[in-house]
Amino acid sequence: MQTQYSLGIDVGSTTVKTVVIDDAKQIIRSRYQRHYSRIKETVSEQLEQIAEEYPDSLFTLCITGSAGLGLANHADLPFVQEVHAAFIAVKQAYPDTDVVIELGGEDAKIIFLTGGVEQRMNGSCAGGTGAFIDQMATLLGVTADELDRLALQAEQVYPIASRCGVFAKSDIQPLLNQGARREDISASIFQAVVDQTVSGLAQGRQIQGKVLFLGGPLSFQKGLRKAFVQTLGLDDAHAVFPDTAPVFVAYGCALFAREGGTPMRLSDCLEKLKKARGGEQRMTGRRLFEDRSEYEAFIQRHKQHDLKYADLHTYTGDAYLGVDAGSTTTKLVLITGKGELLYSHYASNQGQPLDKIAEKLREIYREKNPGLRIRASAVTGYGEELMKDGLGMDFGIVETVAHYRAASYFCPDVDFIIDIGGQDIKCFKIKNHTIDSIMLNEACSSGCGSFIQSFAQAMGYDIAEFSQLGLFARNPVDLGSRCTVFMNSSVKQAQKDGATVEDISAGLSASIIKNAIYKVIRAKSVEELGQNIVVQGGTFLNDAVLRSFEQELGRNVIRPAISGLMGAFGAALYAMEHQKAESTLISPEALADFSYTTRAATCKGCTAHCSLSIVRFSDGHTHISGNRCEKGAGKAKTSSLPSMMANKYDIILHTNDTQPEHPKASVGLPMALSFYEQMPFWHTFFTTLGFATVRSEESDRSVYYKGQHTIASDTICYPAKLTHGHIESLLEQNVDFIFYPCMSYNIDEGENDNHYNCPVVAYYPELLKANNPRLNKQNFRFPYMDLNQPKNVARVMQEALADYGITRKQTKAATEAAFAAQKQYREQVIAQGQQVIAQARAEGKPIIVLAGRPYHIDPEINHGIHKLITSLGMAVVTEDCVAHLGHVHDLQILNQWTYHARLYRAAEYVTTQPDMQLVQLVSFGCGIDAITTDEVRAILERKGKFYTQLKIDEINNLGAAKIRLRSLVAAMEHGAEQ
Amino acid sequence: MAEHAKFTEEMKKTHTILVPNMLPVHFKLFISMFEQYGYHMELLETTSRAVVDEGLKNVHNDTCYPALLVIGQFLEALKSGRYDVNRVALLITQTGGGCRASNYIHLLRKAVEREFPQVPVISLNFSGLEKDSAFRITPPMFLKLLYGVLYGDLLMSLYNQCKPYELERDATDRCLAKWQKKLEQSFANGDYLHTGRNYKAILDDFAKLERSKVKKIRVGIVGEIYVKYSPLANNGLEKFLLSEGCEPVVPALLEFVMYCAVGTVVDAKLYDHTTNMTRLYRLGYKLIYSRLKQQIRIVKQHGVFEPPHDFEEVRRTADEYISQGVSMGEGWLIPAEMAMLAESGTKNIICAQPFGCLPNHIVAKGMSRAIKQKHPDANIVAIDYDPGATRVNQENRIKLMLSNARME
Repeated sequence: MQTQYSLGIDVGSTTVKTVVIDDAKQIIRSRYQRHYSRIKETVSEQLEQIAEEYPDSLFTLCITGSAGLGLANHADLPFVQEVHAAFIAVKQAYPDTDVVIELGGEDAKIIFLTGGVEQRMNGSCAGGTGAFIDQMATLLGVTADELDRLALQAEQVYPIASRCGVFAKSDIQPLLNQGARREDISASIFQAVVDQTVSGLAQGRQIQGKVLFLGGPLSFQKGLRKAFVQTLGLDDAHAVFPDTAPVFVAYGCALFAREGGTPMRLSDCLEKLKKARGGEQRMTGRRLFEDRSEYEAFIQRHKQHDLKYADLHTYTGDAYLGVDAGSTTTKLVLITGKGELLYSHYASNQGQPLDKIAEKLREIYREKNPGLRIRASAVTGYGEELMKDGLGMDFGIVETVAHYRAASYFCPDVDFIIDIGGQDIKCFKIKNHTIDSIMLNEACSSGCGSFIQSFAQAMGYDIAEFSQLGLFARNPVDLGSRCTVFMNSSVKQAQKDGATVEDISAGLSASIIKNAIYKVIRAKSVEELGQNIVVQGGTFLNDAVLRSFEQELGRNVIRPAISGLMGAFGAALYAMEHQKAESTLISPEALADFSYTTRAATCKGCTAHCSLSIVRFSDGHTHISGNRCEKGAGKAKTSSLPSMMANKYDIILHTNDTQPEHPKASVGLPMALSFYEQMPFWHTFFTTLGFATVRSEESDRSVYYKGQHTIASDTICYPAKLTHGHIESLLEQNVDFIFYPCMSYNIDEGENDNHYNCPVVAYYPELLKANNPRLNKQNFRFPYMDLNQPKNVARVMQEALADYGITRKQTKAATEAAFAAQKQYREQVIAQGQQVIAQARAEGKPIIVLAGRPYHIDPEINHGIHKLITSLGMAVVTEDCVAHLGHVHDLQILNQWTYHARLYRAAEYVTTQPDMQLVQLVSFGCGIDAITTDEVRAILERKGKFYTQLKIDEINNLGAAKIRLRSLVAAMEHGAEQ
Repeated sequence: MAEHAKFTEEMKKTHTILVPNMLPVHFKLFISMFEQYGYHMELLETTSRAVVDEGLKNVHNDTCYPALLVIGQFLEALKSGRYDVNRVALLITQTGGGCRASNYIHLLRKAVEREFPQVPVISLNFSGLEKDSAFRITPPMFLKLLYGVLYGDLLMSLYNQCKPYELERDATDRCLAKWQKKLEQSFANGDYLHTGRNYKAILDDFAKLERSKVKKIRVGIVGEIYVKYSPLANNGLEKFLLSEGCEPVVPALLEFVMYCAVGTVVDAKLYDHTTNMTRLYRLGYKLIYSRLKQQIRIVKQHGVFEPPHDFEEVRRTADEYISQGVSMGEGWLIPAEMAMLAESGTKNIICAQPFGCLPNHIVAKGMSRAIKQKHPDANIVAIDYDPGATRVNQENRIKLMLSNARME
């Protein structure tokens, strides 16, 4: 008699899992295997093994998993959705479970079993959890298992953006470069995964009771387990990690197959798999080269741009050292006075840039001719300050300056430079031999360069080999260009559809280029870029990327042979031109004993509580990083330049200091969104009526966590997300009710087409009410009103407060008082702004108009960017200090939001002031700023001003912002010199 | 506002007006109507990758997907060589209101003016924006358009109620095509005004189609207006649902029209700000409502098919969840439609939205918890659409919803 079994096949994004169960639903065989994108082959291989072990049996079988869908369709085999399969398995094996959390290669899932079954998956954003951990491990130069071991020895956890892998990477990179301990970073990575699961996935539902953890990462990584258990506050009885976790979904799939599947022989199934063709139509892009001769011509053309070389062992005389301590790689060159290359180094820094450079410097000292003397040295890049402090480099220069210096060496009339490195894409336009405008990528389009690299590694190739593969691809795949997370999933889809490695390699190159051209450069036409375009950065060493760029532009460009070393080369040239009598570079003797230790600390200088990294060198001196202002660096404050961001925050923070003596009741006002503008209005309104007003506590990370469980949308802006915590804060303070009005319209300030609030600011109370179960009609009042109609305000407020016996007459008076207070606040802001401007002008300092929204004054939202600006020697005013002085005439957009209209007017005003520049703050996820940024940039650039945009999110690392701001300073100084 | 090419009286004779496709059934009716008034129009039905590429090239990539697609589709058409660029104009709707969508026309102009400064961009709106164009909606035209919406909705709804159950392959499509053509004629000869007779004939025709009695899972589609309806934007969502053996339930376009019409009336009441405009809108709303009521009555009397939602009931339903003051984007209409669907037995609901849609943070993702609380068996899934989102990803999430549904 033939025995009958059930077989579950779980095809995930990175692995194939199979489980065979017998009639008693017992697992009798299971296997977990990486498939390296060879999906069909791996599945067939496992089935063949099973067929061998159970030669005379029949199987009911079913396929599940994110990559299984296409396979099942093409092979005409049954399919069950993977979350559903997990659900079936849980019901069978752990029926008393309340919540299931499953992290897979690219998906995160959560199932609530009690109190209404609900199954959820992560949205399209925030993809990648297992893959995310792998990617982060690569970044640290360790395996996922090593990452786990490191995490268990952590002392401190840094806040790392948990929204998605790309963001987290932007956060981790600077930490690495500042010398933060890898143990701490590893633990922080796991914590970020936990936070994402709790806020992004649970979205308002509490994770409590008995929690079952499933999926590869959660069964293999103890550090991740620990982070989950601690964050959710679970004990051993309530945190279940089944031994079968890696194959659990396959088990559920087998159970599903057992019920009602048609028994079949595995040989038949294998036959079906064999016949399955990856059939869906793929989008294909342009071929890079039609044939070899075209490629040869291309290579010859680019060979022209190379340096001369000299020999380190034989050369005698002066030499100059340039170092580019980049985000993922370290570059170092040593050149002669004639610009000949003596020594170069380009490699991943493996998270330890300082060690790498010290090691290479030792090598140079050892190998060099005794007659060679290093006369000067300069460093640029993320790790600049650390290198300067640690190794005594003579100069630290901004990357943009270094890159321009190097590019002009190859092409003195360069018009446009684009640099694609591992993490960042930087572009500069050159006009009159000055950097005229700078474009840097935003977090979303970052990490492209290193993405290709980690991808190549995952496929088992080295990067050079992988990129060569793409050159002659016949059908390059179109992989989209939003971000590397999306690209990753497009690649997965292409693989399922049968794309070859060659096609994918070519497709990736094209994606990177599209990203750079459409997202970063955003030029209207290629003419705008000018005639002479120099491309550089390690990523351009890849011929496929270079070719894609030329194809997309329809124009030939210059790629120096030392493309990857340009930053370092520029630094060396700078050192040569600015050399001092004596170089401060560390001596061979001192270098021999050089070592350092790193320690984490929290700055107690102010309420920002910056996370500091303290590096102590063997000679006793220290380097501190992570600080926003000079205080943290242990130095005395050198400047006392004022910041209107700080001033405004101070006013709003203390608005509620005055209170009636015998209040009728207490009203809670959240320190959120519109209240950063209208706090004076509502404080006066309520205190006039005899209510006490209570504000929520100041924002910080813990306030965010407090409200995290009621956040409904993981892609909404950070200022909105923080609001949830402020509501909790007010509930904790036991106010009689929380007041938070809904307002479609803001106050009409004139010179606009309309005066709306953005949809989020306008209606956020509705969302709060719907997602916070503790709010009700009595304790949360959010009437609709139009502040342009005082009568309307008086009527609406009387109705809202009728239960306190408030009359229309009283609300009318209170409204009048409130309007007066608001007017006074605005006048105060404008007057103080003028004082700041006057002071800066008296001291001869430039002025930055830091333009955003009223709520950007929240330190948890701006992350202290204004302090960074004042520390760079510039005064800060906000957009609303000067907006009334500017007049807009021919905007190309519909100017219909009050706060945004201020941006245009402020920008217009800045163009009339020689000593002012505008820096626009944009919260990630602000859809409206997709419209304002282009327009503000157009206003500024039309009149020859720089446009600088800083995108901010929960990420609180200012590394990227610092480079942008310093580049701006360098460009301003250069402009002034001309 | 900067100067841009205007649509002049003469252009009516010389120019072809290109129209983006949102709802194939409705838009074809509209176009035949405009033909009566001397406008020559053509519906853009291109779906090639070039559409998305042009969009990415010409619009800020963080702009919502509908803008990117519509603008991409226009530019693809202009660059394709299929049209004489000196004899085409572009038509785009402009809703007004606090959503980004009010800016589409400006983004389109920015994109078009670079290469095709001579091409006029026409605004189709009912809020009196852009008065200097020779393209005008007169009251009789408005009335005709209204009937177009009513007929279009009826056809769409009947199609969706028959297609999943048809026994003879594509019989439903043939019936739809027949009426599409017939109605285009009746808009030409004025017969469309005999709604009673026409509705009845349409209902009879669809009722004659042979249909299986097997009950299928009903899946409601709500969301941002363009992504909800346009197959280009939602990767052929209705077709996908049909292939999964479901019955797609798509709320009527008229609901969105009435939502817009009533907005001004609601705002006037909330903000004590009544103007002549408000009175006009109130009248318009009443007129539309009476036409809707008639359709509902006839469908009910006929007794075979499910009638459209009664809009006053939709409004009452909304009040249980959210204020009607939420009027940006699709505003309160989305939660109301979700709740209406859940109440009328369509427990599975897909909320289709562009990635990063601002109003939908509030009205879709923000309200699903409240709706689930009242309807614990409702199965709501929000799907993001975006040039970078893959179909597999979207379909996998829908499949998850369907496996939940099949469990019950």
